[in-house]
Amino acid sequence: MLRSYLPLLILLGISAAQAVGMVVVSQVLSPTKWTWVKASPYESGIDPLGSTRERFSVKFYVVAILFIVFDVETVFLIPWAVVMREVGVAGFVAAAMFIFILTVGLIYEWRKGALEWD
Amino acid sequence: MLSQILFYFFAGVAIVSALMTVTRRNPVASALWLVGTFFALAAIYTLLGAFFIGIIQILVYAGAIMVLFLFVIMLLNLGNDFEPDFRGTVWKVMAAGSALVLLALLVRVVGGTESLLVATGGVDLVAAQVAEYGVVGAIGVPMFLDYVVPLQVTGLLLLVAVVGAVVLAKRDV
Repeated sequence: MLRSYLPLLILLGISAAQAVGMVVVSQVLSPTKWTWVKASPYESGIDPLGSTRERFSVKFYVVAILFIVFDVETVFLIPWAVVMREVGVAGFVAAAMFIFILTVGLIYEWRKGALEWD
Repeated sequence: MLSQILFYFFAGVAIVSALMTVTRRNPVASALWLVGTFFALAAIYTLLGAFFIGIIQILVYAGAIMVLFLFVIMLLNLGNDFEPDFRGTVWKVMAAGSALVLLALLVRVVGGTESLLVATGGVDLVAAQVAEYGVVGAIGVPMFLDYVVPLQVTGLLLLVAVVGAVVLAKRDV
């Protein structure tokens, strides 16, 4: 049973080894000569305007939290999709109620304009 | 044998990443070490045969929850030379106290001779469900037949999260 996860483990190992390897090899092989230009943050060749550690707008947070809610909704619906035939009408009604409750939330945020960026 | 070695490896990774999470001074570095803990936990879940929980652990925790953590760090502007709010003896005592409570709970749960699940024969029940419906189905069948009310309560909880976020962030100022 666990044997079928062996490819996953190999993938995990290779990706971890590659990530660490690229950093280590470039540290070992590359010549390290420090200059101001090289050490400055690079963004399309424009000189840095200030610190990147600025406060974010709360809009990003709203998008993230709305994403998580519907992400978790999907997590709850996947088991239903797998056993849809076994749970029958009762399961369908339960899932429909669950989706209805979250659709109320979707309509609310839509009407409030939380899905608009401005 | 191999799965035991893997368990100890991932348990070690989880513990080391967790220690790194609480000892880093830079909150963004803490958050990234926490991702390592989540990945190791997902691997342990998969070793236990609960691959669905494992993949959800990565998708929801390492993916979505971690983004929220990083946003909070950046919203609060904790990234650079901040003054820690939690200083002084009072906070140290409180932190040590809550750590001790957690440790006591852990010892009580793990230290017992037999867990409740084993004692009540729940392990065989779970195994029978998994054999009949598969790993995901063993979650789905009880959830949509026997535990409908908790499912709807969860839906309400998610609704509260949506409404709360919109009310707090979309307030007219």
